[in-house]
Amino acid sequence: MNSQIPRLVLGRLGVAAITLLIVSAVVFGATQMLPGDVAEILLGQAATPEAVAGLRQAMHLDQPALVQYASWLWGLAQGDLGTSYANSMPVADLIGGRLLNTLRLGAVTAALAVPLALTLGITSAMYRGTLYDRIVSTCIIGVISVPEFMIATLAVLIFAVWLKWLPALSFGNDVQSIGEMLRIFAMPVITLLCVICAQMIRMTRAAMISVLDSPYVEMALLKGASRPRMVLRHALPNAVGPIVNAVALSLSYLVGGVIIVETVFNYPGIARLMVDSVATRDLPLIQSCAMIFCIGYLVLITLADVIAILSNPRLRK
Amino acid sequence: MPNLVEIRDLQVKATTDAGNIIPIIKGVSFDIAPGEIVALIGESGSGKTTIALTLMGHTRSGCEISGGSVSLAGRDVVQMTARQRQAMRGTEVAYVPQSAAAAFNPALRLIDQVIEVARIHRTMPMPQARAKAVELFRALALPDPENIGQRYPHQVSGGQLQRLSAAMALIGDPKLVIFDEPTTALDVTTQIEVLRAFKSVMKAGGMAGVYVSHDLAVVAQIADRIVVLKGGVVQEIGPTEAILHRPAHPYTRELLSAFEPVAYARAAQPEAAARVPILEVANVIAGYGPLGPDRMPHKLVLKDVSCRLAKGSNLGVIGESGSGKSTLARAIAGLLPPASGKVLLNGELLEPAAAARSKEDLRRLQIVFQLADTALNPARPIGDILGRPLTFYHGLKGAAKQDRITQLLDMVRLPKAIAHRLPGELSGGQKQRVNLARALAANPEVILCDEITSALDTVVAAAVIELLKELQRELDLSYVFISHDLSTVQAICDEVMVMNGGETVETLRADSLPHGARHPYSQLLFASVPQLDTGWLDGVPLRVAKSA
Amino acid sequence: MAVSFPTPRRLGYHISWTGILAATIVLFWAVIAIIGPWLMPHPPGDIIDFEYFGPMTGELWFGSDYLGRDMFSRILMGARYTVGISLAAVVLACASGVVLGMTAAVTGGWFDTILSRVLDALNSIPSKLFGLVMVAAVGSSIPVLIAVLAVIYLPGAYRFARSLAVNINTMDFVTVARARGERTPYLILKEILPNMTGPVLADVGLRFVFIVLLLSGLSFLGLGVQPPNADWGSLVRENIGGLPFAAPAVTIPSLAIASLTISVNLLIDNLPVKIRDRSE
Repeated sequence: MNSQIPRLVLGRLGVAAITLLIVSAVVFGATQMLPGDVAEILLGQAATPEAVAGLRQAMHLDQPALVQYASWLWGLAQGDLGTSYANSMPVADLIGGRLLNTLRLGAVTAALAVPLALTLGITSAMYRGTLYDRIVSTCIIGVISVPEFMIATLAVLIFAVWLKWLPALSFGNDVQSIGEMLRIFAMPVITLLCVICAQMIRMTRAAMISVLDSPYVEMALLKGASRPRMVLRHALPNAVGPIVNAVALSLSYLVGGVIIVETVFNYPGIARLMVDSVATRDLPLIQSCAMIFCIGYLVLITLADVIAILSNPRLRK
Repeated sequence: MPNLVEIRDLQVKATTDAGNIIPIIKGVSFDIAPGEIVALIGESGSGKTTIALTLMGHTRSGCEISGGSVSLAGRDVVQMTARQRQAMRGTEVAYVPQSAAAAFNPALRLIDQVIEVARIHRTMPMPQARAKAVELFRALALPDPENIGQRYPHQVSGGQLQRLSAAMALIGDPKLVIFDEPTTALDVTTQIEVLRAFKSVMKAGGMAGVYVSHDLAVVAQIADRIVVLKGGVVQEIGPTEAILHRPAHPYTRELLSAFEPVAYARAAQPEAAARVPILEVANVIAGYGPLGPDRMPHKLVLKDVSCRLAKGSNLGVIGESGSGKSTLARAIAGLLPPASGKVLLNGELLEPAAAARSKEDLRRLQIVFQLADTALNPARPIGDILGRPLTFYHGLKGAAKQDRITQLLDMVRLPKAIAHRLPGELSGGQKQRVNLARALAANPEVILCDEITSALDTVVAAAVIELLKELQRELDLSYVFISHDLSTVQAICDEVMVMNGGETVETLRADSLPHGARHPYSQLLFASVPQLDTGWLDGVPLRVAKSA
Repeated sequence: MAVSFPTPRRLGYHISWTGILAATIVLFWAVIAIIGPWLMPHPPGDIIDFEYFGPMTGELWFGSDYLGRDMFSRILMGARYTVGISLAAVVLACASGVVLGMTAAVTGGWFDTILSRVLDALNSIPSKLFGLVMVAAVGSSIPVLIAVLAVIYLPGAYRFARSLAVNINTMDFVTVARARGERTPYLILKEILPNMTGPVLADVGLRFVFIVLLLSGLSFLGLGVQPPNADWGSLVRENIGGLPFAAPAVTIPSLAIASLTISVNLLIDNLPVKIRDRSE
């Protein structure tokens, strides 16, 4: 029985690898749809035929798409993210510090969101149908129904404009003290928390309810088990897989949320870098940022699947 | 001695999805004496499980006790606080569920679940509880009683789980044990084992019990008294012997009459065997999964099965779950193309896969499935469902099609107005008749009936069998009748093939059943079918019992 | 054995008050998207107020924007872009998703495997990121936006439809049709599709909300509908400068988006239920 687990885990990793390959093909393929020629766009007014031809050769644009894709992928695998079109700097240098800023923002949010959302999700499933559950559910519908930028602007309106507790913008570079850092982080984190928690609570609650409806939980009730015992001892161990999956899926909303939040609050992270580079059509930068986000997301989802496999009691010996 | 349980004028109401409130238990009263086993018997929808659960102060979601009292050892369960009920469950009343496979938590070891009652209610120290559990395992004839508790639920068989669930109920020394159709999901040879184990522990412990079932023969073995229910109302209450032999209520008599052996009396057809059989299956091997290097499927279900069906006669195929009997029907119909072997219709070879067969071959061989609920497209009216094969095979359209639909409905004794209804608006028996009418629409020569009466209540099932016989006389049909139930097969078939583990055990003439069986497995199978006789269980020789 | 017999009772529908209210709001915005341009008091591009971020007055119902244009007219016009683009994208995504999903479920084999693998991979690209990459590559025009939004939400619609169709495909009535000799198109259209319309419609609603949110988000980032046209998301972006004094020019489009998406979500949660009474 136990030999199944490594096989399933390996299978899952294989799927992740194939997925990553397809994703990279899509990200690369999108840039091939560009109408016109990158070289012409880059040279703009100075686009004499000779200059364009020279640049095309220098950028290997004259090679077949498949070769370009392969060399791009090969470079990516070696950590060579290419050179920015906009300012000719290596993409890796542009991204470096900003990636750290974004990771910091994401980590703080996740560290707060996961315990908060699990508690709310599990308890609202436990007390399904009560006033508490209905309040939580209504708030969630409200939050998941509105765009992230509205939550961000609402947060600005409340905390910066009316209450004047927090600054409306974040500048991550000139942090003097921990207190200041907290103030800078507060608004982006509050906004992201709302977005992530709503998704996570909703999915956790659904996963928990489907387990609570199972006959073995009713059996526990008929054995005289208390409600906490039914939930903690009988339902929770079986809900680990679905809940971990729910958490990983909700963290994908972190990506969408981060893009908006960094823009609204002028936070110097990788997502804002990407939004800015869309305006300048700086493709190497966009591709690299997109791949970083996709890899991060894939790692989370794969991790969740592996945990779900390991926690499946039917595979236990 | 005062009664252990007194139920007085119990009423339960259910709130439907649309917010309507309908009564489902309408004033039920009965008593249970200490140490007495009372059976609640009735068809689906009779409210038997609902009543049993009220004894624990529990109702399924959407239901609510709206009146009356349920007193257990002098205390009214209905009036108890949630905490009092919690304290009573497991120690005073315990529950043995219908499906133990679903009622055991897949994430916990069996022993921890069995002794959980002792842990929750702190009735005894854990080592003592463990020792008691092992004792119960032994009393319930479970294999390896010392260690079986260390396993997880998916590692033991269905029959063992059902006995383990009884151990789980008995660990708290309850005064009353509720058995909720505990053997319904089991095969007969397993059922006999489980019943025997239940009976011996209940007798030894002197506990009172409520046994919920739809099967009078099972109940006859274990109950002292029987409460007959229908539509949430008590029809008749009486001692088991009296209910079985001197039923007073017409409904009870109806239930009993379904058990009377109906021999399929028909003029013998000695010439039938001589002619070319209408359907012949020769050395069929079939299974699921990818083909291996030997061109055989990964999971073999049918291992070399052969049979013949003479024109105008019926072949019964009987076996337990996993015997391959349903797979045989799918292989014949071409839904699961056999890996090797031949299927001949009227002496002509059929293509293995349905998709490759000619329309004419497909028309002559029709299949009818077990669950009419899933066999009829819920989104289409009955008229459409019956009309499609008419158009498909015979090219009928317009008025001719409508006339034929009316004719078909008449054949299966359904009013023609039903053609405009959706399947969801019909009763189970009506749906199975439509299901049959759809097969008849093709004007078939052979109909494969896959457990078509198994999901129906006994009275309804008997009527469907009667209909099949009439249709056979009128339309010159031949049936392959697949079932796990000996009495149904006996009622309609000329020959019976016994299957086990994907192989034919033996083929017998129906009139020689059940005593003509020569193979030990057939003997075991037939001896395990419960009889309407209170002494049957004790009379079955122990050697018949196989380890479940 | 427990088999339930649904009793044929009154075959009516039941809908809650929340459902009715939500349906009314959704219907209201749908009507505005169609007839809105005829109700506009001023052309949406004309500067008619000297003040910018003007307050709500009897003349300018929703105040004026950052250039002094009439917000009421711009909201009416924005409804057409937001609702129209989202609707076109959701119809495209769900129609192709459902057709592909059903075909994959019924045919199975390599077609199913490859399609599922590729679409699952697409699904693992976060939606906003996908939008950014596509807009960066192809630029932003309304047809491109519709196509991009449809491509982003196609994998989800496919996966949903496929899982429904796989379940229905195992039902005996489909097996019976197969045994009868029916071909794939008949199986898909007559046996499977009629049994998944309800869930598919609910899924269309849900995906419509996602698309409205993504479109608004892209527009808010300046990557969606381009000036001089503006959907509700662009209106928020244009007028974000009015946020510090809570100008109606920034709050009203936000409220418009929220009222639409919340209503659709509530409508899905409170769809009319067919009254069906259970006996046990």
